[in-house]
Amino acid sequence: MSLRRRLNGSRRSPLAATIVIAAGLLFSGGGFAVATSVVESNVATAYTADQIAEGKKLFLSNCASCHGLNSEGTKAGPSLIGVGAASVDFQVGSGRMPGQGSGPQLPKKTVQFTEAQIELMAAYVASLAPGPAIPDEKYLEATGDAAHGGELFRINCAMCHNAVGAGGALTEGKYAPVLKGVSAKHIYEAMVTGPQNMPVFNDSNLTPTDKQDIITYLAYMDENESAGGYALASLGPVAEGLFIWIFGLGGIIAITVWLAAKSN
Amino acid sequence: MAGKDLERSKEAEGFEHEFESGLAVISQDKISDPGLAPHRVRMTDKSPKHAKNAERQVAVLFLLSVVGSFFALWAYVAFPITEDLSTVRANNLWLGLGMTLSLLGIGIGAVHWAKTLMPDFEVSEARHQTRGSEDVRAAAVEIVKLADQESGFSRRKLIRRTMYGALALFPLPALIVFGDLGPVVGDSLRHTMWKKGTRLTKDPTGIPIKASDVTLGSVFHVIPEGLAEMHEHKLEEKAKAAVLLVRLNQEDLKEDESKKDWSYDGIVAYSKICTHVGCPVALYEQHTHHLLCPCHQSTFDVTEHCKVVFGPASRPLPQLPISVDAEGYLIAQSDFLEPVGPSFWER
Amino acid sequence: MTTAVSEKKPEGALASTANYLDERLGVGGILKNFGRKVFPDHWSFMLGEVALYSFVILLISGTFLTFFYQPAMTEIIYDGSYVPLKGAQMSIAYASSLDISFEIRGGMLMRQVHHWSALLFVAAAGLHMLRVFFTGAFRKPREINWVVGFMLFILGMAAGFTGYSLPDDLLSGNGLRIIDGMIKGIPVIGTSISSGLFGGEFPGTEIVARLYGLHILLVPALILIFIAIHLFMVVIHKHTHYSGPGRTDENVVGYPLMPVYVAKAGGFFFIVFGVVMLISATFTINPIWNYGPYDPSPVSAGTQPDWYIGWLDGALRLAPSNLDIILFGHTYPFGVLIPLVGSLVFLALVAVYPFIEAWVTADKREHHVLDRPRNAPTRTAIGAAGVTFYGVLWAAASTDLIATFFQLSLNQVLVSMQVILLVGPIFAYIVTKRTCLSLQRKDREIVLHGRETGRIVRLPHGEYIEVHEPLDKYEMYKLVDFKDYRPTIVRPNEKGKITVGTRIRSALSRIYFEDRISPVSQTELNQAQAHDHSPAVTAAGTQEQLTK
Repeated sequence: MSLRRRLNGSRRSPLAATIVIAAGLLFSGGGFAVATSVVESNVATAYTADQIAEGKKLFLSNCASCHGLNSEGTKAGPSLIGVGAASVDFQVGSGRMPGQGSGPQLPKKTVQFTEAQIELMAAYVASLAPGPAIPDEKYLEATGDAAHGGELFRINCAMCHNAVGAGGALTEGKYAPVLKGVSAKHIYEAMVTGPQNMPVFNDSNLTPTDKQDIITYLAYMDENESAGGYALASLGPVAEGLFIWIFGLGGIIAITVWLAAKSN
Repeated sequence: MAGKDLERSKEAEGFEHEFESGLAVISQDKISDPGLAPHRVRMTDKSPKHAKNAERQVAVLFLLSVVGSFFALWAYVAFPITEDLSTVRANNLWLGLGMTLSLLGIGIGAVHWAKTLMPDFEVSEARHQTRGSEDVRAAAVEIVKLADQESGFSRRKLIRRTMYGALALFPLPALIVFGDLGPVVGDSLRHTMWKKGTRLTKDPTGIPIKASDVTLGSVFHVIPEGLAEMHEHKLEEKAKAAVLLVRLNQEDLKEDESKKDWSYDGIVAYSKICTHVGCPVALYEQHTHHLLCPCHQSTFDVTEHCKVVFGPASRPLPQLPISVDAEGYLIAQSDFLEPVGPSFWER
Repeated sequence: MTTAVSEKKPEGALASTANYLDERLGVGGILKNFGRKVFPDHWSFMLGEVALYSFVILLISGTFLTFFYQPAMTEIIYDGSYVPLKGAQMSIAYASSLDISFEIRGGMLMRQVHHWSALLFVAAAGLHMLRVFFTGAFRKPREINWVVGFMLFILGMAAGFTGYSLPDDLLSGNGLRIIDGMIKGIPVIGTSISSGLFGGEFPGTEIVARLYGLHILLVPALILIFIAIHLFMVVIHKHTHYSGPGRTDENVVGYPLMPVYVAKAGGFFFIVFGVVMLISATFTINPIWNYGPYDPSPVSAGTQPDWYIGWLDGALRLAPSNLDIILFGHTYPFGVLIPLVGSLVFLALVAVYPFIEAWVTADKREHHVLDRPRNAPTRTAIGAAGVTFYGVLWAAASTDLIATFFQLSLNQVLVSMQVILLVGPIFAYIVTKRTCLSLQRKDREIVLHGRETGRIVRLPHGEYIEVHEPLDKYEMYKLVDFKDYRPTIVRPNEKGKITVGTRIRSALSRIYFEDRISPVSQTELNQAQAHDHSPAVTAAGTQEQLTK
């Protein structure tokens, strides 16, 4: 290649396009991997084929009648494709599933499977399609920022669950349950899967650290008794009003009856 | 007093005036009043031993009060408050119980003393008719007449009428000084912080939200970009600008022709301020697509522009028209096209 | 030269103190006139005292709180010991309330005493009003005192509302938001009042300090003035008493002020204070730290006001949907205006009831003997209807908690309450009136024939009778001494015209008095006794006595 040809023609090397494309791919692909790895830092545990097969057996005998033989859903139960291991761990682990009876909302009941069995079923459902995974232990420890968790809880959760998780009403007989005593794992899973009418709080809305802060806040509320005395179920002015009428005024009236009665 | 109708008795002191009894039935055949029942003697009246016991009981109660007072004084110091919340609970409890004993001891002691040892003979005291006697009333009338005469109040029309005028008007300046309690209501209720291009950000951090973050079934609590960093008027702006962001399946949304481009790919944004009386409408039911306000249970249907389906609200929640910017972040297309929050006269 | 009037030198400390005061204040005269004043004794007369003592407790605990609470809405960062709020942004008012609770010894206790006592104050005042209503103690000469008492009830609600809004927490802040929404809905002047109250847009930076001024200065001052008027009238009218032997409209039967009432009523103050203190030491009230600082965005499930504002919240919840009406370019939010105006109408009816009843009965005599509720069936039934109406509205404020607690549908609970609100008072009226009339009949039976003893006796000729124990004359008098009224017929006035007023009054008098049971008369009693004391019956009764 003479100098003249290089000056007249394209300055670019024939390999330039290849290099640019490769660089672009590396950059965007790597960037994507980094970006998504921040969000999906609790990467799904890899389940073995055996686990998935065992899980499928459990599924067919206990779940398929409502959720369909291929988890595609029936009139009695929604599709489980894409709900992830977290949903199974939450629903079966809290006893809500297998669902019993009809009604506006399925309640918590006695857990019917062992932890091992739940893990197998979770493995099977996780294998159907990507979905929320069982959270990493490190986000479940109550070592986050309780104050930040409290602020997030009040904005995102208190309207249904009450400012301290004492539960609340939704429409048509549905309800947001009491959160006292619920395990950190289940709280996390409920946030990330959005069970029944609870909305989904994905990891871009509430990051795993945010979720841990919320768990820390709830753990603090669980562990620390109210500083003013018995909390009357933290139900607020209604409970306080009932209390003052029945025990306060009622007690005082009992005393007035004694006071005004003739002595023996 | 057998057979005597007490209703008409004028023998009681001071009851000289007889009032009309209206629709009352005055019976001539009433069963007569047997007078006060005989006094029933208490054990403490009969038996000195019981009286002494009662005295001791009262004394014990007063002594318990003393114990309570000392206990409360000691508890105040003995249960200091530290960073640990349980110390507050302990201080509250023991200080309070000490004071309780201190108070109840005196109270129950005093009442017990009255009931057991003080005389419990019922006594009758005559009432006086509230109405003055004719002499008193006549004298009162005289005084008023004299005052009128001496001041000339009735006679002097000019004085009287100008006085009324003066007295009627003097309070008005006292009322008008309250005029600066608040600014004149302009159109502040019609404008919020939202403008064309304002990014939707998460409450409370102010982090912008991408359309791809809003997955099906999720709800985001939203504030306009810039609110989180504000120092002045932050809550006033938030009280108008708070927004809820949800994504539905496009086919579930039944959109008006005129508002079809207010949503983005099934993502819709609505004012969070209830159109009933202003509470945050924050409960989102993922499957029914209903928004429930916890204060008075107004329910709004997100599939139909948040129209009211239950509860005392009347108007649908105002919708914020949204779109995305070049980087995929959700932005407002403009301010709300109607005032947010409760209805008001000038709306 | 010695003075003409010989002065006995007082001996002893007590005597010289008494002398000192008498020579300057005339306490001797006060003691003479009031020292042995007679007050009747009945537990139901103590409810007003409970309210009074609660108010004193409020003043004492409130004064403590004023030394620590700061009514400023300036935002600061919390740095106290409550972990879940560390670093949070909040108003100084909220932070100072947290400090009272968590940093100051006795602060939590005084806050709780204050709030529990406030709940008790309004409850006792309300129950006292009901007692006064159901016993007819509002009749002449006490109609004005009824209105004064009514004002005290309203002022109590105002004091409570302004008070619990002071910590500027999420729960009470949402309450203020609701009030602002209601005010904005008032036609013509609503938005101006809202701007004036909050000093501009909601929430503004003025409201807490303004409510503070109302709460510690204006409202308590008004309450004190009205209490003074209220008690002054009780002194000049003297207290009412229930019917019974020796009790008439011209006397008052009871115990003297000194020493019995000083001890009992004085002791009762300590008892009420002690009960409030016990509750405050052991039960949390208004845990503001749970709710967080006020922010227009978050809200807690179970957002209710304190109990005495509950009926207004319930009224808002029960209003039907879609009641906004737009006329000539202006919005009338009837969903808010109907509860607002409706509650004012209800309160007005309560305030003027004595005057309505006085007009219907045209009874201008003074009444100092109380009615047993059963002896005024229509009044009691009206009261029951009113209580039902108030009670349904009160319950309606907690529809969401009822739904969660009893596992019902929120929507069904609300619709049921809408129905009960309309039907309930009518049902309550009918059932109560009939019950009163039946109880009156039962009283008659007891007066005429004595109490059933359950002892069955067989007479010689084969008849079985139940032995009745006659009442002694004292018990009997209690049951026969009540006012009896008859309805009036429409009559033309002097001009020969029948006015609308007369018609209405006649119709009302029929509603009130058409169904009535008169007290047993002496003649009836004699007849009944003659029958019951026939030789066979008496013999049987005596035989029973002997064989027992």
